[in-house]
Amino acid sequence: MKTLRNFTKGIMKENPVLVLVLGTCPTLATSTSVVNALGMGAAATIVLIFSNILISALRKVIPDKVRIPCYIVLIAGLVTMVQMLVKAFAPALDEALGIYLPLIVVNCIILGRAEMFASKNKVWDSAIDGLGMGVGFTLALFLMASIREVFGSGTFAGMEIPVLIDNHVSIMTMAPGGFFVFGLLIAAMNKFAKHKPKKTEFGCEGCPQAELCGKAKKEVAAHD
Amino acid sequence: MTKLIIILLSAVFINNYVLSRFLGICPFLGVSKKLDSATGMSLAVIFVMLMATAVTFPIQKYLLDPNGLGYLQTIVFILVIAALVQLVEIVLKRYIPSLHQSLGVYLPLITTNCAVLGVTILNIDEGYTFMEAMVNSLGSGLGFFLAMVMFSGVRSTIEGSDIPKSFRGLPITLIAAAITSLSFMGFGGVIENLFS
Repeated sequence: MKTLRNFTKGIMKENPVLVLVLGTCPTLATSTSVVNALGMGAAATIVLIFSNILISALRKVIPDKVRIPCYIVLIAGLVTMVQMLVKAFAPALDEALGIYLPLIVVNCIILGRAEMFASKNKVWDSAIDGLGMGVGFTLALFLMASIREVFGSGTFAGMEIPVLIDNHVSIMTMAPGGFFVFGLLIAAMNKFAKHKPKKTEFGCEGCPQAELCGKAKKEVAAHD
Repeated sequence: MTKLIIILLSAVFINNYVLSRFLGICPFLGVSKKLDSATGMSLAVIFVMLMATAVTFPIQKYLLDPNGLGYLQTIVFILVIAALVQLVEIVLKRYIPSLHQSLGVYLPLITTNCAVLGVTILNIDEGYTFMEAMVNSLGSGLGFFLAMVMFSGVRSTIEGSDIPKSFRGLPITLIAAAITSLSFMGFGGVIENLFS
């Protein structure tokens, strides 16, 4: 039961992209086509599951004071492995994702889950949490990429759609379309989600640096 | 010289890190609410980008590549950036307290800023020379600065408007970002033709 809850919370209630608003950079950048989105989602999910497992297994060994650098090294190692595998077995995907593949290292979702969940929970729960969050991330990316690809290029995963192919709006696949669709999706989530997401300006609380950031904001406010 | 100017201008306007490459979106949305915090954050980013490039470029060219360790790039770069940010903070605090006062609070946030790691990796991928890499970093930092400052102006206008309930907060900010990034698309193709 608890396992199921750990898995499903990442998909809807705590969706990393649409509710917690983490990992915005890869979401916007790789959602230009469905194939790219699924590739990015899969790569991030693999890193997320293994980083959660490793960090959870090592949670009693890693000293509290240097935990963030330790997590970053572990995550960077995993990302390097995934990067080499993608380069070897899916060179086209490597080409399409480009810089965003190594940048999974600084994806807030992964560091955020390490800090918020894996460092406090057992290995099995952490693995399921990583899987759930990864699936949630992939689904959000897939949703966004579908909208952008269908309207922007008139295709779905490369297949042509009869009427839209002649009337595609290319701006949707470019940068402004990314911001626009993302804004609309979050607005729709606010409107229709059963539980109301907490009223936050930006999904900072999931970020491992939220404490520092809050401090920064306070100091700026005091400075004024 | 012309090539350096082209690199600089295209990094600022055409391949703007925030608005067309989607790097560094977190600080762009998180810290752009007020003009002075936007300025402080961007200055810190420019500073760290230049420092990071100056350190990581020689490491890649003279340490990793000759020894066939190119695959360690990601790990080495992120560690170098993290260590560098700590070091810069300590040095600033000790020797230039006034600068530390204005930039200090933003420095720790930069470690996981994807724009900084992004610029160091892109410099290697594009095959730039050291000088070109430094110019590209400067341009990217300036582009980040421009986007942040422009966007903080846009946001201060949104503050006072009447917005539909479900759009309040982040959604309207993203839509405003879409329009801001639309304005940057006007620069496409300008730079290539500037010197021909």
